[in-house]
Amino acid sequence: MKFTEDHEWLRPEGDNIIVVGITEHAAKELGDIVFVQLPEAEAMVAQGDEVVVIESVKAASDILAPVDGEIVEVNAALADNPGLVNEDPLGGGWFFKIRVDDLAVLDSFMDEDEYQEMIA
Amino acid sequence: MGDNADRPLRRLPLHALHAARGARMAEFAGWSMPIRYEEGVMAEHLHTRAAASLFDVSHMAQILLRSGRGVARAALALEACTPADLVGLPEGRQRYALLTDDAGGIRDDVMVSHLGDALLVVANAANREAVLAHLRDALPAVTVEEIADRALLALQGPRSEEVLSSLLPEVAAMRFMDAARLRWAGGEIWVSRSGYSGEDGFEISVPAALAERLAEALLDQGGVKPAGLGARDSLRLEAGLCLHGQDIDRTTTPVEAGLAWSIGRARRIGGERAGGFPGADRILTELEVGPRRRRVGLRPEGRQPMRAGTEVMGPDGRVGLVTSGGFSPSLAAPISMAYVDARWAEPGTRLAGEVRGRPLAAEVVALPFLPPSFKR
Repeated sequence: MKFTEDHEWLRPEGDNIIVVGITEHAAKELGDIVFVQLPEAEAMVAQGDEVVVIESVKAASDILAPVDGEIVEVNAALADNPGLVNEDPLGGGWFFKIRVDDLAVLDSFMDEDEYQEMIA
Repeated sequence: MGDNADRPLRRLPLHALHAARGARMAEFAGWSMPIRYEEGVMAEHLHTRAAASLFDVSHMAQILLRSGRGVARAALALEACTPADLVGLPEGRQRYALLTDDAGGIRDDVMVSHLGDALLVVANAANREAVLAHLRDALPAVTVEEIADRALLALQGPRSEEVLSSLLPEVAAMRFMDAARLRWAGGEIWVSRSGYSGEDGFEISVPAALAERLAEALLDQGGVKPAGLGARDSLRLEAGLCLHGQDIDRTTTPVEAGLAWSIGRARRIGGERAGGFPGADRILTELEVGPRRRRVGLRPEGRQPMRAGTEVMGPDGRVGLVTSGGFSPSLAAPISMAYVDARWAEPGTRLAGEVRGRPLAAEVVALPFLPPSFKR
């Protein structure tokens, strides 16, 4: 699993697909999440595009696409239960799956030790 | 906050207590304030509605008004700044008052308590300097004393009476908007049965030197937890209460804001002391003919909050603006307050908010969103 400076985690899942969510640290910082707006499946996105809007009780935050690719699946469970992001950020609280040309794009991101060091 | 940007943040008398209890601190009106504790805004909000929460609101301005010719003189003088009936405020009672300006706008909203030999005015932290300067300028015959050595705590929620009366038995006999001076641990405590949550509760002015002891004694009672500014904001929004600087300011009038109930009968046309407050022409006219726009509640469809700054659209274009909006923990749904053109202000009217470039349907509803539970 890799990590971005924006507190996203990226988990490769074979067939050039990467699952994206936010870290436990980020979920805790945001507080109680009450709404998640996800991208459309099959959308083509570019690195840096705003793809997800997260609303907590207090504020709205944007999540940016970490890489170029095609959104192949979004986590429909978040529509009814956005609190999954707080309860299980690394598991059931995932946001979307994106298909990339080459999983080697992951090489440029932080590993877990580097991420833990960044938030320490 | 403009002119505060370069000043160091002011620290609350209970700063150490907040740190010890894991508060997340952030700047508000020049103060370092607890925004939330470990459990988070949602849990703190729901706990307040179910039991009782302790809020530190010591950032608010506490101002005493006195006159050498008696407190009634101070009350009469203060009526020159507000349409509230303060001459008619009995000792031991509290009243909500709007400080208006010559254009009929709202300088601040304050609570005024009659403490016997003085009026206690509690003003918003962000308006501390402006209100002090205004009162000193407008009331030359009144002594305006800023109280700097007291904390202000708010105990809010249905168990507040049970909790506070274990320390101060006298509070059990108080009713909504009563104010009293009580003794505790060798100090004088000023208590009012009021708050900013829509729940029964108390606001407690305590000498700073006793504040930590009182706060710990309250938090030691079963059922009481600390809550931060985040929950304070979501609670007051559900209760339909205005935040000055957001829902009311110098561009909104008391009538537009739906706060005409704070204009005393004696201050209205035909009353004993009709008019005589800043902006009286406009405000009394609006009372008769109705305002151009009104503050309303909005219930957006779905779960996405419609926050402050969202444009409100009718079938033919823009009809208003959201001034506060968020997610209601009690209703598990988004709620907003907005000013809309008076033609679109009837409950049941279907409007839309422009959220991130997309129209989101919303229905006008009566305020408050939740019925209050005061002890009348």
